[in-house]
Amino acid sequence: MTEEKKVTRKKIEATEVCKKIMADHFYEMDEAVRTRSKKIAWCTSVGPAELLRGMGFLVYFPENHGAMLGATRMATDLIPYANALGYSPDICSYLTCDIGSYLQKKTPLKMAYNIESVPRPDVLVYNTNQCRDVQDWFAWYSRELNVPLVGVHTHRDIGDIGPTQIKDIAVQIEDLVPQLEQVSGGKFDMDRFKEAVGYSRRTSELWRACLETAAAVPSPWTFFDATIHMGPAVVARGTREGMEYYELLLPELEQRIRDGVAAVEGERHRLYWEGMPIWGKLRPLSEQFYSLKACVVASTYCNSWIFDQLDPAKPFESMAVAYTELFIVRDEPFKEKYIADCLEKFKFDGIVFHDAKTCPNNSNNRYGMPERIAKNLGIPVLTINGDLCDLRCYSEEQAKTNIEAFIEQLEET
Amino acid sequence: MSNDTDEVFVGVDVGASRTKVAILDAAANLIGYDVRKSGTDFAGTADLCMEASLDMAAVSRNKIQYCVSTGYGRKNVAFSRETKTEISCHARGCYHYFPMAMTIIDIGGQDNKVIKLDDQGRRINFKMNRKCAAGTGAFLEEMSARLDIPLEEMDALARQSTEMVELGSYCTVFSGTEVLEKIRQGKKVPDIVKGLFFSVIKRVLEMDSLTDRVAMTGGVVEHNPYLVDMVREITSRDILVPEHPQLTGAVGAALFAREAAAAEMIRDE
Repeated sequence: MTEEKKVTRKKIEATEVCKKIMADHFYEMDEAVRTRSKKIAWCTSVGPAELLRGMGFLVYFPENHGAMLGATRMATDLIPYANALGYSPDICSYLTCDIGSYLQKKTPLKMAYNIESVPRPDVLVYNTNQCRDVQDWFAWYSRELNVPLVGVHTHRDIGDIGPTQIKDIAVQIEDLVPQLEQVSGGKFDMDRFKEAVGYSRRTSELWRACLETAAAVPSPWTFFDATIHMGPAVVARGTREGMEYYELLLPELEQRIRDGVAAVEGERHRLYWEGMPIWGKLRPLSEQFYSLKACVVASTYCNSWIFDQLDPAKPFESMAVAYTELFIVRDEPFKEKYIADCLEKFKFDGIVFHDAKTCPNNSNNRYGMPERIAKNLGIPVLTINGDLCDLRCYSEEQAKTNIEAFIEQLEET
Repeated sequence: MSNDTDEVFVGVDVGASRTKVAILDAAANLIGYDVRKSGTDFAGTADLCMEASLDMAAVSRNKIQYCVSTGYGRKNVAFSRETKTEISCHARGCYHYFPMAMTIIDIGGQDNKVIKLDDQGRRINFKMNRKCAAGTGAFLEEMSARLDIPLEEMDALARQSTEMVELGSYCTVFSGTEVLEKIRQGKKVPDIVKGLFFSVIKRVLEMDSLTDRVAMTGGVVEHNPYLVDMVREITSRDILVPEHPQLTGAVGAALFAREAAAAEMIRDE
């Protein structure tokens, strides 16, 4: 009888610091809410966080909370409460599980940090570069909590980005300033804003370098590791602490390369993950790939927190560029070229597309891309069906069999 | 036919619905096999299947040179030396019978597969049905229960159809409702059954394009050969079907066992 191997892997030493940054992020906001010492802005994952930091807000990211609800497998039980309010089970499960979490007064912050609830917002700030769902999500809280809602509307399906689009987005970001000043009660401080942009820029450069260590053979870490270690790049974007974390992580990964430390012992296959993580199944998936000697070396998802176009000398304009040049905002030809470039860099043998039921914007298999990529790049592709948070949409046995069969296919070639 | 001195190679396919065992001799001839319901005790069922197959092959258990298991319960087979997915095993089994580039359509108890092979038998691509079981054997089982028709009578009934009733729904439960509506409208049972077969075919054909030759395998094909006739008519293609379509995965596993035993022998030498 064939048993799945028990997985033992060399731990990434920086993990403890990563955990502390995440904990401090939530403790600082919890404290600020209780003492009313600082204002809290809720921000979408690729919203104008640097501007908010520059204006003195503490920044909370509901998508991060959605990922935590998914990873703790609380989401599937909480989604139906939002469905009952009229939010379809087919829309973003970050939105539905987060609203369900609010309605049921249940949060993973309690278990992880003994914090009773997410921080109450003073303002809600979105950017539709991710999807329209984020706007609807924040609009619900705006009505529920009677909190002002402001945002940036990004152009979508863009091929070549022109000055018209960049100017429009830059103006939209700048137009947020007086609205945010009303909430913060203070004056906008350009120097502080530029400093936040500078930290973000440096964080992005370091994060990119960390991700690119996976080009080494064997790779020192996996996509599954990166989904955890990207935490500070998400929640501490625009801060010194965020930047310093990657100054710590990068040398460790580089040292692993020098020492020949493989994230997947006996790495035989290298894969690219396209689409959202399946948060509630990160560990079993990571272990399955490990047991099959397959390393997921790169992903669109983790690459999506590289904003090295940011420039403190041109903060509004460079934010507009960075937050519009995102993969998710672009048209299909751009995305296919992007993946082809990743193949060149990371030398993977196949691509796993995750068709996330509730996240069409991050599911790039639905318009024939896997077939085109397989043909154009000459590498096999696999699509697995699942979801970022709603495990009702995921058949684990089907997915495991598909992945195992895909690796068998790679073995044959 | 084999005798008690020969060594044999075994493939065990523990499917969601049925467990299949195939025993091959050294020349890759199928000399023993058995099929039974998988039930809830996968290991026990595999064992019973193995005993029956060995009896049919007239060989004793100690002649088993190597065993490979496949299917949903592949990791529950205590006497298996190795596991392979059913995708690999169906591909290997089918190529054994038809060594050519082809598209394999496998209709199983709970999942469907479309597998493409090149002319060397290498897999180019495969797709399984999404997590919904519409268009699988489970759909026909559910409908036979709804219509109170024994499963084994469905094929003969479908052949009697004169005016097929088309069903539109993706969902097995809603299809059941649709069937009840057709009965209420006075549609004939054979026409409804043919409509159910057509529904299965539609679900499979929408999974992938058909390229090169087309082969069909799986329990649903074995027990409902009219379904193959319908695919021939709908696609205007000649459809290849191995002698025991339900055993294709088990035969493929046994072929892998035969290759693994040969490799082991070379290593030992």
